Amino acid sequence: MNPFLDFLITAIPLGITFLYGCVGEILTEKAGHLNLGIPGIMCVGGTCGCMALRILKNSGLPWFVILPIAILAAFAGGLLMGLIYSFLTVTLKANQNVTGLAMTTFGVGVTKFVMSKMAVGGGMMYLYACDYFRFPFQQSKSALKYCGVMVFLGIAIALIAAFVLNKTRVGLHLRAVGENPATADAVGINVTKYKYVATLIGSGIAALGGLFYIMDYAGSYEAYKSIEGMGWLAVALVIFTLWRPNLSILGSLLFGLLYIAGSRIPTLLGIQLDMSATPLLQMLPYAVTIVVLIVISVRKKREHQPPASLGVPYFREER
Amino acid sequence: MSKPIALQTKGVTKRFGSVVANNNVDLCVHRGEILAILGENGCGKTTLMNMIAGIYYPDSGSILVDGEEVVIRSPKDAFRHGIGMIHQHFKLVDLFTAAENIVLGVDDGKKYNIKEVNARVAKIAEKYGFHVDPKKKIYEMSVSEKQTVEILKVLYRGADILILDEPSAVLTPQETDKLFDVLRRMREDGKSILIITHKLHEVMAISDRVAVLRKGEHIATVETARTSPAELTEMMVGKKVALNIDRPLPHDVRDRLVIKGLSMTDAEGVRILDDITFTAKAGEILGIAGIAGSGQRELLESIAGLHHLQDGSITYYNPKKDKPITFYHKSFERVMELAGEGMLRYVDGREFTGKDEQGRALSRKTICAQVEAGVILFKDDEVINLREKTPLQIRELGVRLSFVPEDRLGMGLVGNMDIVDNMMLRSYRRGQSVFVDRKKPGDLAHTIVHDLEVVTPSTHTPVRRLSGGNVQKVLVGREIAAAPTVLMAAYPVRGLDINSSYTIYNLLTEQKERGVAVVFVGEDLDVLLELCDRILVICAGRVTGVLDARNATKEEIGLLMTGDRESSDAETDKKEE
Amino acid sequence: MKTIEKRTREPLFHVVKRDSLPVWKGMLIRVIAVVAAILLCALLSVIMLENVDPIKFVTTLFDGAIGSQRRLWKLAKDTAVLLCISLAVTPAFRMKFWNIGAEGQTLVGALASVAVAYYLGGKMPEPLLLVLMLVASVAAGAVWGGLPALCKAKWNTNETLFTLMMNYVATGLVAYFLALWCPSNGSVLGRLDFGHLPVVLHEYFLLIVVTLVLTAIVYVYLHYTKHGYEISVVGESENTARYIGINVGKVIVRTMIVSGAICGLAGFLIVGALDHSITTTSVGGLGFTAIMVSWLAKFNPLIMVGTSLFITFLQQGCAEIGSAVDPSFPNIIVGIVLFFIIGCEFFIGYKLQFRKFPKKGGRAS
Repeated sequence: MNPFLDFLITAIPLGITFLYGCVGEILTEKAGHLNLGIPGIMCVGGTCGCMALRILKNSGLPWFVILPIAILAAFAGGLLMGLIYSFLTVTLKANQNVTGLAMTTFGVGVTKFVMSKMAVGGGMMYLYACDYFRFPFQQSKSALKYCGVMVFLGIAIALIAAFVLNKTRVGLHLRAVGENPATADAVGINVTKYKYVATLIGSGIAALGGLFYIMDYAGSYEAYKSIEGMGWLAVALVIFTLWRPNLSILGSLLFGLLYIAGSRIPTLLGIQLDMSATPLLQMLPYAVTIVVLIVISVRKKREHQPPASLGVPYFREER
Repeated sequence: MSKPIALQTKGVTKRFGSVVANNNVDLCVHRGEILAILGENGCGKTTLMNMIAGIYYPDSGSILVDGEEVVIRSPKDAFRHGIGMIHQHFKLVDLFTAAENIVLGVDDGKKYNIKEVNARVAKIAEKYGFHVDPKKKIYEMSVSEKQTVEILKVLYRGADILILDEPSAVLTPQETDKLFDVLRRMREDGKSILIITHKLHEVMAISDRVAVLRKGEHIATVETARTSPAELTEMMVGKKVALNIDRPLPHDVRDRLVIKGLSMTDAEGVRILDDITFTAKAGEILGIAGIAGSGQRELLESIAGLHHLQDGSITYYNPKKDKPITFYHKSFERVMELAGEGMLRYVDGREFTGKDEQGRALSRKTICAQVEAGVILFKDDEVINLREKTPLQIRELGVRLSFVPEDRLGMGLVGNMDIVDNMMLRSYRRGQSVFVDRKKPGDLAHTIVHDLEVVTPSTHTPVRRLSGGNVQKVLVGREIAAAPTVLMAAYPVRGLDINSSYTIYNLLTEQKERGVAVVFVGEDLDVLLELCDRILVICAGRVTGVLDARNATKEEIGLLMTGDRESSDAETDKKEE
Repeated sequence: MKTIEKRTREPLFHVVKRDSLPVWKGMLIRVIAVVAAILLCALLSVIMLENVDPIKFVTTLFDGAIGSQRRLWKLAKDTAVLLCISLAVTPAFRMKFWNIGAEGQTLVGALASVAVAYYLGGKMPEPLLLVLMLVASVAAGAVWGGLPALCKAKWNTNETLFTLMMNYVATGLVAYFLALWCPSNGSVLGRLDFGHLPVVLHEYFLLIVVTLVLTAIVYVYLHYTKHGYEISVVGESENTARYIGINVGKVIVRTMIVSGAICGLAGFLIVGALDHSITTTSVGGLGFTAIMVSWLAKFNPLIMVGTSLFITFLQQGCAEIGSAVDPSFPNIIVGIVLFFIIGCEFFIGYKLQFRKFPKKGGRAS
């Protein structure tokens, strides 16, 4: 196996974790809401999906039934979290940063609680779970075995999100809501509805990232402990890809590569790499994102800015 | 009129806090008719239209479309009833193209295809003779292009009832003519058009009927053919009312603030102030009259150092004649500079040049001693250039310029702070201590509360909780306490009751008596005529006249306010090209 | 007939901004929210955990938080650390600068302390070492906080996203140094031998005293100094700040340097008084919790003593309830309580104006 190709193909599924979170957050931010609860939402999504798998694993149902149910369960978990967030920030006009951070606290707590409870009774369920996420013809030992159903689902969602945002009426309206809610309101767009729907669907999509990471990429229920960090990388990816879902597919690959580069580069290039290089490489996505953030604010190119009303609650009769 | 009624309001009332924006307004517009809504700013025109367009919801009263009572709780409802509004402040998404903005919110059931939209927009634009590129982004557009997009937006939706809020304010005369052609074509098409304006010649040119609003009330609706600009002006400004404001004759009048050729443009490139020239004199109240939004606010803010100017000069004459120079506001270097300009003299009349009789330079120590001893005086008033100075620099130069801005709680005061903290806004820097001194501001707060009879639970109440009149007393009180030489006040009595208003008038007159140059921007012509000594009239950022307030009439001012159009239109032409 | 139809089509209510609400009413709404949240939590724990009834829930809550002297000290210690970081974020928040980077600012502060102790420990007298650690921490925190502020002032860079990213850069730096210092030990740094703050009366006593003094200082800084006054003006209205000639950019940078410096100090305390070591999770999310503590207290340092105590109390009390199962239970409870408090702020800031009583809706005064 070509080590470089192996490196690339291992990075893809890791990047898909970020991709889910990132696309979900893009939809939310396009509606003008900065959802810092994404890590918590991804955790809860993973938990709900795992619960569904645990319940179904002995049911004898075929994989193509179990998998969609697990995915739907994760999505539903995300929806529920999104509902809390959007009720507080849209209807009750609460501070988005504080609400988002509370969501993350809550979501991580719920996940750790439920997962540890499951661990007590469930044992090593992941061994069964992993298989559900692979295509039957991928059972071979090729590197492609890492790329299961949800990898393609993630890419498909990103492409659909890009299409919806840029090519459809709904996307146009959503972008208008995030840019200038007063204008959107004036032309009769239901701002509240768009904010709700975008936040809910965004949360649902982000939640899938949690399920994917635990059950497919890591293949171990233990992985829930590191989802939170993945969630923050997803938020960084949103900025890095300038709020574009299609660009975020490439961005997620890059972030994935950087994340595992520390352990791969020595074999790849045949050089001795100090152990301390890994944390620096893993830090790189954040550092690069900061550079991107500064560069776009210096260049002031309008297309690259965050949605104009990001973080600002909308109240029509404000005077 | 035999045409059917398209839109009607019955007893519509809207309040914002204690301010009544619209009181019991009954209005109607027929099919195939252009109705002009005329009135000064603050008369509630825009609020009324916003209620029809679903931006605000009326407190009471009802709106009827085609004789049926309707509830318009959102702009979408308004669109459903065929009502479309073109706002004065553009409601466009800057990041979108013209076509994207136009199609925004339209759901015709067909598949969304931006290419088709582009084609359709181009077709409509061509049909009415607009020039616009559907693919151009809004943030790259000029003001008139944005206006075009706004109008196309409503046309695209095929609204039956169109509301235009001062559409010609940002257009060139040619564009205005084109717009009027479009409006006439739409009238022939059976559409109803409400056009808010305060330009009388436009009212006469385009409208079938005119509805006049004054102070939130509907005064009358008349047929344009049977009225005259003079009659409309009178309805708009009302009959002259005797107010009995005490107005002593000015004495010891001297030039204090000389403004020459002041010009500025806003962020969108619109020329807000255009070649403004006037003089504010000590011991006199200069009134500034004009329809709100004609540049009054920017004018005062420019003088206060808050805007970047394109052109012009602001010269301040510091009343220093025969007064000793001190180091309080002047550095040693500044003293030497003034000496070099020949501005200083000794008490005995000899010129101070910084040199002794033999022409040798005096030592720094000697000069400092002389200044401290107070033997070096100004020969004449000190001339200070205020252009391009920040508010802080202006204060550091020793210019005692007080400014009561229009936006009391958004600029002049901090709503969430108490009266004492608001007193410190201008003076908190005083002294070397890192701590703020709340004792003096506290005393000042007590004095103001007591002297101006501010109704408040205590001096530690956030000013946001006070009523409009009391907020204003606090603000004006603070600005006067700074012992100004120039006092600028923008709409200081807006939203105030009679008693508070008179308190403010008396305060301004008192300042005038003390030799302060008072600049008063007002909207009530009766007050301007009785309070001021001279009145500067501006229209669309240009000075259209300076009148002696003791001899001027309301109609005279009213006509100047609504524009000496011919000459200024020609000017605008030149600028646009 | 027509009136009935009209009534059904009118909006049921619309939302109006409140001018003001008596303080006691606001407090009452918050207390109700907290009580409701706790009731919900009690209910949840009865369902989710075995052997818990609502009464046991409350008693265990109190027992866990203040049941013994050791627990009392722990409560005080955790409150102090949380309070210290909350104090740090407050000046920026009063300026409406959304600094969510306290986590990172504290962590680099801690890292700087550890680095000084690691490299210089034993080579100089302890007091001098401690002073150096303190200076290094404060400087590191100030840089971490000042950088986003500088970009905000110069180019209006989005500070929320910037400071958020800085957290993870800080984590990465810590991981890097840990890998550098102890490659053989699985990147785990043991307890440092040098740079320990002296123990007075009790091992947590000094920390608590320092934090209380800091609370007073920050309170005075915000309420009684010219800087604090400028911060308030900029936060309330940039227009007013310009009107009176405040250099807004300068105030933003200066305030964030102060914020970052206090975070650095917190990092120093964590290292010097408590951990004597560092891991990537040394701050453990306190930087985020601090944001909520500060926000709950309406950015008033004195009230923050109460809110930080409240949050720590909940966490420690719930840890006791959930300890049999999992230590993460408190996060759930804190999350729920926060949701309720966040939600109840709406009813303090706005009110619903129902269609039936239009007269009542007129704004007060």
